[in-house]
Amino acid sequence: MMVLLQSLISGILIGGVYALIGIGMTIIFGVMRVINFAHGDILMVGMYLTYTLFSSLGIDPFVSIVITIPLMFLFGAFLQKVFINRMLGAHPQNQILLTIGLGLIMSNTMMLIFTSDYKIISTSYSSESFNVAGISISSPLAISFLITAAITLLLYWFLLKTNTGQAIRATAQDREAAQLMGINVRWMSILAFGIGSALAGTAGALISPTYYIFPQIGGIFTLKAFIITVLGGMGSIIGATLGGIIIGVAESVSAVYISSGWKDVVVFVLFLLVLLFKPAGLMGKSRM
Amino acid sequence: MLNIDKLNFSYGDMQVLWDVDLTVNEGEIVTVVGANGAGKSTTLKNVSRLVKWKSGSIAFNGIDLARHEPHEVVEMGIVQVPEGRKIFPEMTVVENLRMGSFIKSARPDRDANIDRVFQLFPRLKEREKQLGGTMSGGEQQMLAIGRGLMANPKLILLDEPSLGLAPLLVKFIFDIIQEINKQGVTVLLVEQNVYQSLRIAHRAYVLETGRVVLTGKGEELLNDEHVKKAFLGM
Repeated sequence: MMVLLQSLISGILIGGVYALIGIGMTIIFGVMRVINFAHGDILMVGMYLTYTLFSSLGIDPFVSIVITIPLMFLFGAFLQKVFINRMLGAHPQNQILLTIGLGLIMSNTMMLIFTSDYKIISTSYSSESFNVAGISISSPLAISFLITAAITLLLYWFLLKTNTGQAIRATAQDREAAQLMGINVRWMSILAFGIGSALAGTAGALISPTYYIFPQIGGIFTLKAFIITVLGGMGSIIGATLGGIIIGVAESVSAVYISSGWKDVVVFVLFLLVLLFKPAGLMGKSRM
Repeated sequence: MLNIDKLNFSYGDMQVLWDVDLTVNEGEIVTVVGANGAGKSTTLKNVSRLVKWKSGSIAFNGIDLARHEPHEVVEMGIVQVPEGRKIFPEMTVVENLRMGSFIKSARPDRDANIDRVFQLFPRLKEREKQLGGTMSGGEQQMLAIGRGLMANPKLILLDEPSLGLAPLLVKFIFDIIQEINKQGVTVLLVEQNVYQSLRIAHRAYVLETGRVVLTGKGEELLNDEHVKKAFLGM
């Protein structure tokens, strides 16, 4: 029982970060109908940014997100304005090629700058943990979960309560109607890609104290982001939040009860099962 | 107020509008009637800049619209209520209305305009918290018109507002259009319901396969032999 509780809690903690990755992807998809296959690579750029700030300036990874978030937002906005925007309305396969290509450029650029050696950010608390009622909780995971929760709440507030947030949702729900409301949908797309990239970059920063950093790590997270978004329902933010937590828990529970080598199998089987019974995803009907 | 001059437009190789001339003066209800595929909706889409025309021009109060984006057209005071309502399905009635006043100039009047819309459509007030996507066609049409009014339009473009509605509701919607016009909004109405729209319009244009074939006062056209034969089944 204790073991189950332990693995559930660590699953939820890592699931929070997954949710952040998934929400970013789903916002981009929702507003632009573009599947961002560079999402994991953007996360990877966030990791290296965090690494650089840590190794050269000594800024703590959790503190450095105040720099990472705006920089990654600008990076995403740039990608949208210069590349993705030209492909809106193009064939999906061309959009996929574009985002995959952008991802390759990012990972290879990082390889040129940092080589493909694994980098580690070792903070004083990297392997620290604390006990709550007999359950041991990893400190960096707990901190990152709190930050994730705060960011997610802030994002929900932004999308539901502010004029700009509502305009982003309106654009996702009906692009043409949004234009007829006087919403500049091109600007909303830039914002959405910026926010999506900022979320991915932040997720990269938050996991950097507990993960190896290397240029090819993006692929793993693109796949995860894809599974989370499809599982939750493409374009649904609540779905992505839920999907992230479910994937986190599934990984952590199966790693404990089966073996860590099998956790991906469990995740994929779960993914296929959900799609079998709810082809539109858990929150398929609800959009942003 | 609105001047469409020799407008030509095509979807790919298929030309949809041929030298369309159309004028709307301030305070008028002008209607464009015609069969399905005559180019009525396409004309409105051009005014809203959702599509880009090939040749000709559209000017609003002397300003050439060719250089403007759809959102800028709304800021100038031209608001379109699109065919098929295009309500934001995951937003409540009030949220939909609030989106209608997204442009900065309309935001200060937001609450007053919501009250105004609720007065025109008491039904919307009852459904305040309901999600747009779950409402009936008639309620969605009321919401779409209400949402259009939220931006304080000078000119409202209505695309087939009576489409798919029950006869009683059709009458109600046309009464509302007249009411909106009396409140000072100029109306450009595109309709397949030829009888009702000619009845309320000051002036009308008949479009056939992308060409203006007839124009005149609403009542005149109502008694026109060609119109009677082609559209009214008389």
